Amino acid sequence: MNDPIAIARNSILNPVGLGDADLDRLLSGLTSAAVDAADIYFQSGRLESWVLEDGIIKDGTFNIEQGAGLRAVSGEKTGFAYSDELRLPALEEAARTARAIARAGQQGRVQVGRTPMVRRLYEPLDPVASLPDVAKLALLHQVDAEARRQDPRVCEVTVSLVAALDTILILSDDGALTADVRPLVRMSVSVIAEANGRREQGSSGGGARRDLSYFLEDDRALGFAREAVRQALVNLEADAAPAGTMTVVLGPGWPGVLLHEAVGHGLEGDFNRKGTSAFAGRLGQRVAARGVTVVDDGTLVGRRGSLNVDDEGVETQCTVLIEDGILRGFMQDKLNARLMGVPTTGNGRRESYAHLPMPRMTNTYMLAGSHAPGEIIASVPKGLYAVNFGGGQVDITSGKFVFSASEAYLIENGRVTRPVKGATLIGNGPDVLTRVAMIGNDLALDQGVGTCGKEGQSVPVGVGQPTLRIDGLTVGGTTA
Amino acid sequence: MTITAFDDAHDRLAHLHDTIDALLQEAKRRGATAAEAVVSGSAGIEVAVRLGEVETVEHTRDNGLSLSVYFGHCKGSASTSDLSPAAVREAVRAACAIASHTQPDTCAGLADPARLATEIPDLDLYHPWDLSVEEAIRIAVACEDAARAADPRITNSEGASLSSHAGVQVYGNSHGFIAGYPTTRHGLSCAVIGQDGDSMQRDYWWTNARAAADLEDPERVGRRAAERTVARLGARQIGTCQAPVLFRAEVATGLLRNLTGAINGAALYRRASFLLDHLGQRIFPGFVRIYEDPLLPRGLSSAPFDGEGVATAAKDFVTEGVLRSYVLDTYSGCRLGMPTTGNAGGVRNLHIAMGPLDLPGLLREMGTGLLVTELMGSGVNPVTGDYSRGAAGFWVEGGEIAFPVEEITIAGNLKRMYQGLLAVGNDCDFPGSTRTGSWLIDEMTIAGH
Repeated sequence: MNDPIAIARNSILNPVGLGDADLDRLLSGLTSAAVDAADIYFQSGRLESWVLEDGIIKDGTFNIEQGAGLRAVSGEKTGFAYSDELRLPALEEAARTARAIARAGQQGRVQVGRTPMVRRLYEPLDPVASLPDVAKLALLHQVDAEARRQDPRVCEVTVSLVAALDTILILSDDGALTADVRPLVRMSVSVIAEANGRREQGSSGGGARRDLSYFLEDDRALGFAREAVRQALVNLEADAAPAGTMTVVLGPGWPGVLLHEAVGHGLEGDFNRKGTSAFAGRLGQRVAARGVTVVDDGTLVGRRGSLNVDDEGVETQCTVLIEDGILRGFMQDKLNARLMGVPTTGNGRRESYAHLPMPRMTNTYMLAGSHAPGEIIASVPKGLYAVNFGGGQVDITSGKFVFSASEAYLIENGRVTRPVKGATLIGNGPDVLTRVAMIGNDLALDQGVGTCGKEGQSVPVGVGQPTLRIDGLTVGGTTA
Repeated sequence: MTITAFDDAHDRLAHLHDTIDALLQEAKRRGATAAEAVVSGSAGIEVAVRLGEVETVEHTRDNGLSLSVYFGHCKGSASTSDLSPAAVREAVRAACAIASHTQPDTCAGLADPARLATEIPDLDLYHPWDLSVEEAIRIAVACEDAARAADPRITNSEGASLSSHAGVQVYGNSHGFIAGYPTTRHGLSCAVIGQDGDSMQRDYWWTNARAAADLEDPERVGRRAAERTVARLGARQIGTCQAPVLFRAEVATGLLRNLTGAINGAALYRRASFLLDHLGQRIFPGFVRIYEDPLLPRGLSSAPFDGEGVATAAKDFVTEGVLRSYVLDTYSGCRLGMPTTGNAGGVRNLHIAMGPLDLPGLLREMGTGLLVTELMGSGVNPVTGDYSRGAAGFWVEGGEIAFPVEEITIAGNLKRMYQGLLAVGNDCDFPGSTRTGSWLIDEMTIAGH
């Protein structure tokens, strides 16, 4: 059985005896003449995680999440109710509650159809069952041993492995039935190294919409262990970071969190419809230097931020946000696209059935330029080279954003010299990309660890960029 | 429509008791030597309005169960949002299967039976609000209207939202402990946007309480959101410098949470804390007392027992500047060779003893420096205490606010910042379970242009 709709029916609807006639009835109960849009989102989630600490498998958790969210939209008003009970009476009550938002009108009549899904960015497989438990645990032990083998200064190692499968079934007001079966795996390694009374941490990890064999390929899991130790040891040698505004060279891949914060959130449709984003009304204007092209692409095979369809049943796409420095487009869900009179871009996402969808990023990255990374570093007389980051945050109204480096070095006379402690970088979204002076030819995407939070909802995302030289970012170190 | 879901809170409690009983029996039947579970259910309403119109009406209904089983010293866990008997049995089965693979850890297990709560005091946490959707909309609109009318420079709004939730939770374990209690939580928040030339600023205010009557007046919430937004207009960067920093009370809560994170047993046994081995040492100036009050009536974090059934009690973490207690549960306590401090699930209603100065007094005390009203980003290293965060606020000269500031960072090290605490204000005027006045820190590095 490999058809997502069949899988979704089998895992969500059949166990509670919900058939097409019931779906018709539910959807009809949710719509009326005054309802512009409505949908029902069924979800069945299974997640398994294991934790290794102190060299032993300490705990594991199995999580079951299941329910349906029902939404009715009238103009700009949304009524929403959800239920973790999937029996018909509970769902009918939720439909009545959600529909109360719209002025009284005649109940609609809809018939459930089905949308053929041809898209296969990932296989509809269950990663929880993709490896025997003993093999999962053996992998965690190997990662632990690899980390400890790297260096005697490693004193603590924590490894976690998460495998999840989300099956969703979306019934929209036109009767279309769409399903997606979404595997997601992730491994995280965190170490503490100690020397001469000083302690520092390092961490690494990765993931994908794949099964657990992903971590066995190319020595990937052991690579995370080596990388976490390398970072901790670099930080043991790090001096205080500089403070002030300076030229910053960002490494490729995960430092693309810059794009996610500096421009990504500000280009989400809801903030622009409401005029609350610093980018509102700036379509067609220059917001970045020539050569800067930024896209949001939900169609990359197997990536953590990718989706066959978004959480409103719309196929994801590659949306050009900034083209050669000019602002070209926003990311949209159905509601904001309709109210702004533009097409949806397949960016309607939600954390779960218990949350409303809104415009969210998928995989956001900058296309490669022409400079070799070495050439970029050689061009900087004095500055900061930041290669690893923790998280970031943005105030979309003022445009101010931060992101925190966890591994950085000084650049002196065109050469990378001493490591410096992590520091927060702060800038202004609408103008930071106008200060991009050089773009590397080494575009890389992150390893698959990103989670984005917006209005209390978390969704997996990806970021990426080539090496970038930015002239004038404020670096929050302690050495003035 | 009115919120009636938990008129039957006591029936609901009884039902959750039965769920836990059945679960503990199932775990025993499968050979577990011990088991524990927490199960909760809540229902509520959230209404959001924007520019005077309803934006969303959301009816929430959440259930959750999480359990752990122990086979000797091997542990397995599971959780489910589906509380049907079949799903609960499936969760127990999954937890037992996991425990067959985890390795023995001598600290794993339930809390000491002698420490479990024997009385469950009524902390006055349950005040359901008979609130119709129409009334909720009216309150939210009044709040937002007050914000929009407060100043002509308020040009746009992210809206106001009102929420009301009622829930019950029950914890039980195979020592025979089982207890639960109902709680309510209501909240109102408002965020508006101000414009002055090309620059836009957004700020917000909020109120939370166990009882609707304890919420701040909706119009006052709106006006404060507007005042805070307008005050930020025209903000600019300052030059890189070293200066004293005054953390406004609502952001000073973060410095208290950094402390409780660093003295948390889980961070300590992993050697991932900048306050490792500091028990009994002076980590603050002598005037500092930091304590928790988990039994505070109507407290937003109050609880009669902690996450493993251990009785909670008021306790000092810091007195006369000296670290007196860690934040421990049974497991982390065992790892450190100490008894639990009744903090499974965290610290409840954390307070710092407040000093004599109000905010104007603190500004005068500082003279020239930075007043921080917003922090951005996650730049706190819990292992080293290194601190570097984005900030916004006001530059202060001669004890008076001179102009708003943005796009700067403040940096230092938490250990030194705690030692450099010069004063704690008495200006605790925001909602929430962490109570503090503003903190004046002697010196930090400010990065700007």
